[in-house]
Amino acid sequence: MMEKSRRSFLKVAGIAAIGLGAAPAMNFAALDSNGPALPVKKKNENALHAKRWGMVIHIDKVTDKIAKKISNACHIQHNVPDFTHEVDTQKFPDIRPVNPDQEIKWLWKEKFHYAFPDKGDEFLAEKFEHLPFMVLCNHCKDAPCVQACPTQATFSREDGIVLMDFHRCIGCRFCMAACPYGSRSFNFRDPRPFIAQIDPDFPVRSKGVVEKCNLCAERLAKGELPHCVEASEGALVVGDLEDPESEVRKLLKEHYSIRRKQSLGTEPSVYYIV
Amino acid sequence: MTNKWIVTGLAVFVLAVLSPFWFNMVTTTQAAPEPELLGPAKEARKCVLDKYEMRANHMSLLDEWRDAVVRDADRIYVAANGKSFHMSLSTGENSCLGCHEDKEKFCDSCHTYTSVNPYCWECHTNPKEIE
Repeated sequence: MMEKSRRSFLKVAGIAAIGLGAAPAMNFAALDSNGPALPVKKKNENALHAKRWGMVIHIDKVTDKIAKKISNACHIQHNVPDFTHEVDTQKFPDIRPVNPDQEIKWLWKEKFHYAFPDKGDEFLAEKFEHLPFMVLCNHCKDAPCVQACPTQATFSREDGIVLMDFHRCIGCRFCMAACPYGSRSFNFRDPRPFIAQIDPDFPVRSKGVVEKCNLCAERLAKGELPHCVEASEGALVVGDLEDPESEVRKLLKEHYSIRRKQSLGTEPSVYYIV
Repeated sequence: MTNKWIVTGLAVFVLAVLSPFWFNMVTTTQAAPEPELLGPAKEARKCVLDKYEMRANHMSLLDEWRDAVVRDADRIYVAANGKSFHMSLSTGENSCLGCHEDKEKFCDSCHTYTSVNPYCWECHTNPKEIE
């Protein structure tokens, strides 16, 4: 049997300690030179950017016809169900009758005194009685729906868009109660039977999920303008509210504009030039 | 007498405990479906991750993609192998179904075999399924 002296033990222990220290250092060196590349996630090169997206609506340029065109463009391409659509009973048998109160809408026309209840003066200019006011999610700077959402399914994106992650929505509808603009709709039933032609470029929602305008985030990411803007014949303009040189800011500088229920302090990003 | 009963009891117990094995010996079992590469995927032969990692972790990858797309507005994924992909299940040529054309064979065959029911297609649409 070998005699263990303190000296030989310390020698071995010292060498072992050097070895332990060397391993991470060598691993690090190996990684640095030819380790595996890490995957990268990035934006499209032609994506549109803004510090805070906003919209300006020229009220005088929106006629009833254009209003219809605008909401159709939005609803058809986002697979928003239309409950007046006749259901194909062969594909979807046993459809229960439609409750019109459960309609779903992202962008629609509204009368002035509903859109702006706090601005209904006694002797209002007559044109406001008839003009179609396009209303949609205001993408508020301080959005109450975002604060109400218990799962963070609704959130404020860095660029100011108030967006929904439909995957995470549990259908509690707190956001609908919180939104002062009625911009949100709930899927009380499976929307598929009421979609005439499903657009494969955008998902459908399922039963039990809230939905609303997303300012066409999927199009901005591709460098395209929102559907409503394209259909509006110049009546709707989107742009960066934080950039003084942007088109929306120039319009707001030149014209008098109003916002919906501004006194609530939600800071809506949709402006109406009246 | 007691011995006899104990042995019979044990035999019955062993038979009962091993019943799944007997059951499988009598019935025919289905072999796991082999993933089949078709169309553009067959030519490319290079997926987002390598084969075994993809098989084991595609669900985590999709989860990561979803958060990237919805929350950070990132839509392009440059994989470790240098190829870039559109982070989408079904939109565009560079998405999952853009390359793996047949959803039945690419998604459903394995999911059915393993009895998992992901709800992707409740909302997302396979462009091939629209008439």
